[in-house]
Amino acid sequence: MKRRFNRAQRTTIIYAMLCIVLLIVILQLWLLTATMNAFLGDDDSVIWPAAGASVVCLLLNLGLLRYLYQMERP
Amino acid sequence: MSTDSKNEMIMKKSDGPAAASTSEQITKAPDGRPPEEQPTWRQDFPIDWPQDHHVARRDFTKFLVLTSFAFVVGQFWIAVQNFIRRRRSKPQMVKIASLAALPVGGAVVFKYPDAHDDCILIRTGEDTIAAFSQKCTHLACAVVPRPELNAFHCPCHAGYFDMSTGRAIAGPPKRPLPRITLKVNGDLIYATGVEVSTL
Repeated sequence: MKRRFNRAQRTTIIYAMLCIVLLIVILQLWLLTATMNAFLGDDDSVIWPAAGASVVCLLLNLGLLRYLYQMERP
Repeated sequence: MSTDSKNEMIMKKSDGPAAASTSEQITKAPDGRPPEEQPTWRQDFPIDWPQDHHVARRDFTKFLVLTSFAFVVGQFWIAVQNFIRRRRSKPQMVKIASLAALPVGGAVVFKYPDAHDDCILIRTGEDTIAAFSQKCTHLACAVVPRPELNAFHCPCHAGYFDMSTGRAIAGPPKRPLPRITLKVNGDLIYATGVEVSTL
């Protein structure tokens, strides 16, 4: 059975989610700057692994977003 | 009636299907004063502050996920740019100067590999020459040789690069100047390629 949360609980969950998403986005920003630096230095060995890591981060964020939508659904 | 209960403002407005129950809609104005002391506009248009916070954080989380997607697009843009760069043909060998016409400490500015890429050739010793891109790796200002310091100097933000290796030694630049590979054939100096590096 799906558990219903009241608004205060949902706000707390959203705060936690926001913290996690923010951390992941900062990680992605770091990945992008590091990759750009490597690219400008003619080093292409990190480009695809970094792109893969960034996609994984996005998938994590999308998973959290999906949970958020499920939680908000009446 | 306690001060707390006085301060509580019961919201009448519904917020669609996801609206909180009546008990959840009890809220306080941000200044903490009782409803009757609130300005008229706030009495006329009361705001459910916890709901406002809830919606703001939720929407910000959604926006961050969109930002996350933008970063992924950026990563793939770099990958595509790298693919295009790899496909580009190697620059041709171009004659840039004559060794006899270049005294020790002398410099020649030339364009390589394209007409918009300024480069600088410098004779650092009797038998040593070096050539680098003239664009500072910080913000692309033109660097100038300072033989007395054995360095290239960027006048825009006081960046310095080692004259023999192109390595950034002072100031804001982090990456070295791209090195132009050279070939000396008799008295003539040719540019044969560009070497870019991170360190």
